[in-house]
Amino acid sequence: MNEQLQLDFDKIIKTLKISEKEIQLKKSFLKKFIENGFPNRKQEDWKFLDISQIIKKNIGELSFFNDYSLPNKIDPSIFVDGLEHNKIIFINGRIEKIDFSYEDQSQIEINDEIGKNIKFNYENSLIDLNNAFTNKVYKILIKKNYSLKKPLIIYHSTNNKIKSKNVNLSLNFGLEENSCLRLIDYFNDNTDKNFVNILYNFDLKKYSILKNYKLDKFRNNNLKYSFNNIEQDDNSISETFILSAGSDYFKNEVNCNLNGEYSSAFINGVFSLKENQQHEIRSTINHLVENTKSYQLIKSVLGKNSKSAYQGRIFVDSKAQKTDGYQLSKAILLDETSEFNAKPELEIYADDVKCSHGSASGSLNENSIFYLMSRGLNYQQSKELLINGFLLDVVEKITDSEIRNLVKNIIGLEE
Amino acid sequence: MDTREKDIEKLKDYKYGFTTDIENIKAPKGLNEDVIKFISNIKKEPQWMLDFRLKAYERLKLLKEPNWQKPKYPKIDYQDLYYYSAPKSMKDKPKSLDELDPKLLETYKKLGIPLQEQARLNGIAVDAVFDSVSVATTFKGELTKHGIIFCSMSEAIQKHPDLVKKYLGTVIPVTDHFFATLNSAVFTDGSFVYIPKGVKCPMELSTYFRINASQTGQFERTLIIADEGSYVSYLEGCTAPMRDENQLHAANVELIALDDAEIKYSTVQNWYPGDENGKGGIYNFVTKRGLCKGKNSKISWTQVETGSAITWKYPSCILKGDNSIGEFYSIAITNNHQKADTGTKMIHLGKNTKSKIISKGISAGYSDMTYRGLVDINSKAKNSSNYTQCDSLLMGNKCGAHTVPYIRNKNFDSNIAHEATTSKISEDQLHYCQQRGLNSEEAVGLIVNGFCKEVLQQLPMEFAVEAQKLVGISLEGSVG
Repeated sequence: MNEQLQLDFDKIIKTLKISEKEIQLKKSFLKKFIENGFPNRKQEDWKFLDISQIIKKNIGELSFFNDYSLPNKIDPSIFVDGLEHNKIIFINGRIEKIDFSYEDQSQIEINDEIGKNIKFNYENSLIDLNNAFTNKVYKILIKKNYSLKKPLIIYHSTNNKIKSKNVNLSLNFGLEENSCLRLIDYFNDNTDKNFVNILYNFDLKKYSILKNYKLDKFRNNNLKYSFNNIEQDDNSISETFILSAGSDYFKNEVNCNLNGEYSSAFINGVFSLKENQQHEIRSTINHLVENTKSYQLIKSVLGKNSKSAYQGRIFVDSKAQKTDGYQLSKAILLDETSEFNAKPELEIYADDVKCSHGSASGSLNENSIFYLMSRGLNYQQSKELLINGFLLDVVEKITDSEIRNLVKNIIGLEE
Repeated sequence: MDTREKDIEKLKDYKYGFTTDIENIKAPKGLNEDVIKFISNIKKEPQWMLDFRLKAYERLKLLKEPNWQKPKYPKIDYQDLYYYSAPKSMKDKPKSLDELDPKLLETYKKLGIPLQEQARLNGIAVDAVFDSVSVATTFKGELTKHGIIFCSMSEAIQKHPDLVKKYLGTVIPVTDHFFATLNSAVFTDGSFVYIPKGVKCPMELSTYFRINASQTGQFERTLIIADEGSYVSYLEGCTAPMRDENQLHAANVELIALDDAEIKYSTVQNWYPGDENGKGGIYNFVTKRGLCKGKNSKISWTQVETGSAITWKYPSCILKGDNSIGEFYSIAITNNHQKADTGTKMIHLGKNTKSKIISKGISAGYSDMTYRGLVDINSKAKNSSNYTQCDSLLMGNKCGAHTVPYIRNKNFDSNIAHEATTSKISEDQLHYCQQRGLNSEEAVGLIVNGFCKEVLQQLPMEFAVEAQKLVGISLEGSVG
């Protein structure tokens, strides 16, 4: 694999117009990745989802070079109906279109920031991989006091031109004071056996609001990894909703640093998994100053042979008094082959805090099914009703009503 | 000259030789095959026991010390430890308490364990362990009447080799982790309990552990077997005198419960925690594991951990038999620079198995307290359930409280519920108590005891009183 990496890396460097310094930086990331390789289950954070094995067993040899010289045809049928929105379209990892036609152009700035790689202060070889191979890194800056009129939908599509490829993409978002962004990641794949590696970095200034919805609904055989790093200043709010249902393997990571007082972070997630799927959400919330708040709710419905994992970590610094941290994960196991893993972790160094976590897992309540059946529903209907009710709880947490309805439509939930 | 004396002669040539001056017989410093052979020899062990030790030692050479735990400690030089030391008076084993070394008895008295009175008054058979070898076993007669075997491990190896051979290393195999394997190779003594079929043990069995000689790692090995339909409650309490150097304690405790049997294992651990600046103190790296082998069996762990510089242990239950039950009740208190990483593992293998975990952690001063636990419900463990509650209480903002539960549910018939909270003592509660005439320290003691109540009430009477006092004492000076 290492030869392939080096070879593909050299090809990419040739196509990029970047300075020598930036090349050196990319090289150092590649070197780091080659040293560490794909994460495997020996690493604590990857205990439940062994990417290295999954790639070996399900994808085989990956190649890392993507030819981005030719544009792909955009298929408008993938667009979300019934919701006016701005668009960024990625096809096979290539940015095909950036369209902010609903917005005041002077309030949004888009810059190419390929050289400015973001470093995280902890080891993650997939981020190194991403930094080494991304060919374009745009920074989207929302100016002071501006709220986007319409939500921004980022389409992540793949078409049959790629197979056994690693696709790396990265975006940076800056939200200036008192600005607001609603962002939907919409996954739509017509391929299988690819590995998509997404890295987002958000910088939230005072009073800004970020709402990020990741919707992975359509069934495909790809492996996906997404990492959101969110830096939050005073009074900022971030809301992340993850619908994890479509891909064969999907790991969503959210790392949230609450750097400013009165900032708050919300993470809600739904796993709805069927045959042979393995998904994971891993969240890290770092409460670093006083009066910050976080709330997490994760629910899983697990079908045959599926496996979900939730690793949630709340860290409270000794300075972060009056922290409020809450975590809850629940799972319904529908089949004897389904598996649920949880590791809700608290690491607390301040004494005046309210932190709690809870986790519960089990099968559908037979009594509830009996109740519904005695009211005239059949077994299947009762089951569906109960599952919908279980998941609706999380969807209701979406604060934006337009998007809440969209998500309900996508999942097929009715009130 | 018998073989033991020959060995002693031979080993005198070693650099450090024997230090008999402080009334102790010591094996030469360091860990190697000769030392293991020496330990085995001096205890007149049969060949199979020596093989067991050597097998463990072979394995140990391949193992690395684990380092994933939260409390880090300075590297231990295993070649700089004594692996065997016995009180001199052990050479001729005393037949009764009166024959004991008066110095020994005095030490126990200082620690508040008047052996004779306590044994008589409380109806407890005390198997006091001074350093590594049992010195007194009382109430043997009463127990023998019921066919109960309660003796030191070395005695059991001599007198009941079949039982030891059958069960030793079945719950903690020699191929286990570093410290457990180290123990298998060099363990010196410990307690052995066998409760025959259908017998309910008439009294609480108890062992007081003591660590005495400086630089002596204590490697206890305890094996408790409860045969079909039997019941036993076992108490373990520990105190240690002030020492400057860190002392390693890596004990192995194995419990085996057969069909319909129940074992209750309670620990009050109050070893030297080091001084206010975190200097000295004992490393308590213990492996405790219980196997519910038979149907309807039950194992219950209760622990009150207030001592040691570093406590790192996870008393576990393997619920193999159908309908078996595992319980874990724990209070861990850390103050000053103490560190604890403790919790439990509940591994559900059999059908209809149940487990319950109640853990209370209190940290004060500069200490760090981690609950780490695993609940694993296997795909075959139909209709199993687990309930976990772990609460932490923080006093001051220099300490830390952490919870790291691992939850694995592979069975759709089974339920797992887990909850954890972290809080501090509320001003309202303190105010209320103080209003009624308690000073702030008493008030904290009262509140903390209330916080721990669920666990304290699991302890046998005599222990509960002691433990309650201990909870108060451990937190002295942490308020205000």
